[in-house]
Amino acid sequence: MTSETNISHAEIDESISSRRELTGIQSMIRTQPFWVFIAIVAIGVVMSVISDVFFTERNLFNITRNFAFFGIMALGMSAVIVTAGIDLSVGSLMGLTGIVTGLVMQAGYPVVLGFIACMGTAALVGLVNGVLIAYLRMAPFVVTLGMLAIARSIAMVVSNNKMIYQFGPDQDLFEWIGGESVFGVPNPVWVMVILTGVFWIAYRYSTWGRWVFAVGGNKDAAKLSGIPVEKVIVSVYVICSSCAGLAAFLMVGWFGSVTNALGLTYELNVIAATVIGGANLMGGVAYALGAPIGAALMELIRNSLLLAGIDALWQQFFVGLFLILAVLLEQIRNRGGS
Amino acid sequence: MPALKLRGVSKNFGAIVALSNVDIEIEMGEVVGLMGDNGAGKSTLMKIVAGNFPPTSGSIVLDGEEVHFTKPIEARRKGIEIVYQDLALCDNLTAAANVFLGREKRKRIGPFRYLDHSAMFRHAAELFRELKSETRPRDLVRQMSGGQRQAVAIARTRLSDPKIVLMDEPTAAISVRQVAEVLELIRRLKESNHGVVLVSHRMPDVFAVCDRVAVLRRGSKVADKEIAKTSPEEVTGLITGAIGSA
Repeated sequence: MTSETNISHAEIDESISSRRELTGIQSMIRTQPFWVFIAIVAIGVVMSVISDVFFTERNLFNITRNFAFFGIMALGMSAVIVTAGIDLSVGSLMGLTGIVTGLVMQAGYPVVLGFIACMGTAALVGLVNGVLIAYLRMAPFVVTLGMLAIARSIAMVVSNNKMIYQFGPDQDLFEWIGGESVFGVPNPVWVMVILTGVFWIAYRYSTWGRWVFAVGGNKDAAKLSGIPVEKVIVSVYVICSSCAGLAAFLMVGWFGSVTNALGLTYELNVIAATVIGGANLMGGVAYALGAPIGAALMELIRNSLLLAGIDALWQQFFVGLFLILAVLLEQIRNRGGS
Repeated sequence: MPALKLRGVSKNFGAIVALSNVDIEIEMGEVVGLMGDNGAGKSTLMKIVAGNFPPTSGSIVLDGEEVHFTKPIEARRKGIEIVYQDLALCDNLTAAANVFLGREKRKRIGPFRYLDHSAMFRHAAELFRELKSETRPRDLVRQMSGGQRQAVAIARTRLSDPKIVLMDEPTAAISVRQVAEVLELIRRLKESNHGVVLVSHRMPDVFAVCDRVAVLRRGSKVADKEIAKTSPEEVTGLITGAIGSA
């Protein structure tokens, strides 16, 4: 008798759980990137009424290109934040990798070597961050704060505090990669779109993605389950740094020049974009789509203030406001959930 | 032949003797309660069997074969699963994701392998149904009751069809109603011919599901009796030392 009722319970449960699967829209509505996306659409609608410049191809081109760099870096940052870590060194690393790229190409080497040097430097810095954090169990905040200072300083030393604007024989190709567009979409935006797809697939369908989220949810449980926790942590810092290197490579090509001040204070914008995109600084939660969406909102704020004739000095005010609102919103939803 | 046999197991941490000369045997389909006061050596014994650290002396015999573990993964490969006291689950993942954590099912397309979500959901649902637990594979662990979490932790142990399941205080942190659910899960393990070691402080739980009870005091086994031939009063006396040994 009792076992019969138990069995029917289990069957009911199963039918409930399979029904839940159909309502994917419901689970999407519950995520933060969805609401930020709604906010972006709302701002877009308001702006296209207020300003007749906003909805022009030129302006949309500029907006998307501008936020692509932050979107690329926010993707890498999301992986770090999922593990309850933080990487403050991404801005300085842009300066360092940008200078390295510039120096290699200035010396007459092809763009491929410039790219390899750029990404190699980025990966190495990420490796140092990751090893210190994972194996020596140092706090991510401290390690990457130290790296913020170190990377910037190395950039100053190796650049001899000079601007680089000659990129050797491949100068045109280099500037095309970062500055031009394919099918009317700026190249950095293509890179961001592809990278977002890669992160989405990795978070959802790879064991690496599953393990990154497990480490962020409960490091001890992950360890007891046989997950190589230290290697996973090192991997996210290498990936985050590599994203910063990639963004620097594209940005230098777009600018056509590089100084060791490239990326100064960008770490704050990148972290803000990631958090606005739904990543939880306590770890365990982030969305691949959230990174570009968070970055888009921040660029949209800047662009809208500009077009609305409000002093651009107010931009950081609104970025800060949205950041705090995003975290507040998440806390309210969590309380509602439990 | 017993499924698991500990012979003369001792463990010293420096000058501290955590366990001295403990013998325990567990048959398939048997639930053995392991009781003792705080610091009596229960956790140390469980950690030795689960492979967290080796004993200082003595041997572990599994299915007639002497085994030496240095890592938990080695014990797991030999068919010993442990459910930790704090359950060791990731709150931010689904029940199914937790069941398969570190042992994810994957599918292959060409050179790529990707997580097979539907197979994991299906298999997890099957395991929960076998355990007769009302746990839904797609629910986040964060939203679950203590009993459901316990079901997830126990379902984990059944992926490999272990011989021995060690349970460290599975009813310590949950409500009375959920305790009944967990005890039912332990009975299921027994029915499916697993050997279970239940470490517990709770006398009623031990007397409800165990076939035998072993009592540790200051690192030594002072009693090993069939449940039918003892009483909660006697076991309490053995734990506190009011009764020397039995």
